[in-house]
Amino acid sequence: MMDIDMPLDIAFIRRQFPFLRASPPPVYLDSAAMAQVPDAVLNAMTQWEHSSRANVHRGMHARAEESTIAYEAARSTVQQFLNAKHSDEIVFTKSCTEAINLVARSWGETHLQENDAIVLSMLEHHSNIVPWMQLKDRKGIDVLWMDIDENGMPRMEDLEKHLKTGRVKIVSVTALSNVLGVTPDLQKIIALAHEAGALVLLDAAQAIAHMPLDVQKLDCDFLAFSGHKLYGPTGIGVLYGKRKLLETMPPFLGGGMMIREVHTEGFTPADLPAKFEAGTPPIAEAVGLGTAMEWLVAGCRLQVANSSHASSNQQRRTGILWDDIQPHEQSLLQHATCSLQQISGLHILGPTPDSQLLTHGCVSFTLDSVHPHDLTEILGRRSIALRAGHHCCMPLHKRLGIPASTRLSVGVYTTKEEIDACVQAIVEARKKLNT
Amino acid sequence: MDLYAENILDHYRHPRHKKPATRHPPFDSVHSRQPETIVHTEANLSCGDEISISLNIKDDRITEIFWDGTGCAISQAAMSMLSEELHGKTMTEIEALTPQNIYDSLGVPIGPRRAKCALLGLLTLKNTLRTHKGVDHVSWARLIALHNH
Repeated sequence: MMDIDMPLDIAFIRRQFPFLRASPPPVYLDSAAMAQVPDAVLNAMTQWEHSSRANVHRGMHARAEESTIAYEAARSTVQQFLNAKHSDEIVFTKSCTEAINLVARSWGETHLQENDAIVLSMLEHHSNIVPWMQLKDRKGIDVLWMDIDENGMPRMEDLEKHLKTGRVKIVSVTALSNVLGVTPDLQKIIALAHEAGALVLLDAAQAIAHMPLDVQKLDCDFLAFSGHKLYGPTGIGVLYGKRKLLETMPPFLGGGMMIREVHTEGFTPADLPAKFEAGTPPIAEAVGLGTAMEWLVAGCRLQVANSSHASSNQQRRTGILWDDIQPHEQSLLQHATCSLQQISGLHILGPTPDSQLLTHGCVSFTLDSVHPHDLTEILGRRSIALRAGHHCCMPLHKRLGIPASTRLSVGVYTTKEEIDACVQAIVEARKKLNT
Repeated sequence: MDLYAENILDHYRHPRHKKPATRHPPFDSVHSRQPETIVHTEANLSCGDEISISLNIKDDRITEIFWDGTGCAISQAAMSMLSEELHGKTMTEIEALTPQNIYDSLGVPIGPRRAKCALLGLLTLKNTLRTHKGVDHVSWARLIALHNH
């Protein structure tokens, strides 16, 4: 048994990432866009390709059965990771974006009428804005916004005001801002929305890798995320939805696997979750995502190679794994914030220092007279990777009155030395551009 | 080769022909016949870069150029370098300018990641003149596809 009070062995963790084994090692501070992948995930996917590659839920041969078992085991792992009540509440998609689109199209088209309203926050990523804007155009619904306060937190009074109209049918908010690193008060948003008869979708693209998300405890109606920010592969996402809601929703895409019966006059859809998984699903990627979750729960701390189909750790309650990851990432962000604040003309976006608000995952900033693209280009030439731009959050940047920002994001493998190297390089880059 | 070569940084730090928009002279007071002033703005929404160009044109030739803008060193330096080449140019000569002309002036390798930074000034310039002529603006895709003869 591992001792959960032990700090993470970061050197041990880093050795498990091929990307970080390069020499000299890159300074990778862009995990909010794309987390790197450990050997355990790559090995599990390769093992599936080598010995189990076959289509799922189709065919009676042994490989088809193995493949189906691996795919459904991944679904169970996701169910346990989120503490969902039923495994058929877990729908595999190609991305978090597709999962949100699924809700907007399937649930939205069926349940929204003209003059209904939906609520978004100013923190949202374009993937949680555009699907609703498309719906607005088609259905004549209103999109109402929660503005943010001086700390970047969505204003509850805006939500209350919108809910009072009695027109709001769903509140779709991020569980963790990909720019400011703030977490809205999810419990309160969900309680208020439910009180007013509205559903809640959580965009957990960022939150999934930085905090426990217990869908039963939260009581959210939908939750979406993708694999590549959780140390898993690209091309896989997840939609969690309460069973009673998913059952009332029509299929999103049509094709194989999502049907019970097709005849010349029509079709009847399959049961959950197949109803929403038309076509051959991303099977290797699902296996990879399941393994990434198992790795994060236990494997990243074990000094022995973990079997790709390990199930011994599946009984662990969600939440345990965060007891050592969160303190590690918190100390990194505090160190980054303190170091960045020493740079004159650098402005950190997000909570004011006296707000006592914890941030997760990332810290974003602007630097006087230095464009984020110049900064990250110069840093990139020194193998220091940061993201620059509007981070797919144009409404938020407009609200903050800036065209773009630079984002430093951390993961389980990030070290203080990487942050120090980055801060030093920022100082030198500014000198180069402005002297 | 360093993208931030000394000549680029020099233009970025000390941009030529750059003046805040409000201080553009409305016309060339030396000449009795008032030249036309055309102003046009283009932006690169993906990074927030913006360039405005103000041209005075007389007898189909550029007699005066001012520009203003915000953005990265590449976009601002490229515009500054371009502005030095424009005096006396005809509209036909501007239409003939290609992305390669800009890359040659910059003198450093411009990859696809930074092409739109380098070319924002050229796009703005061409569309300033197209506004004047009343013809359709050139798009990013058309501009990037332009090659030297």
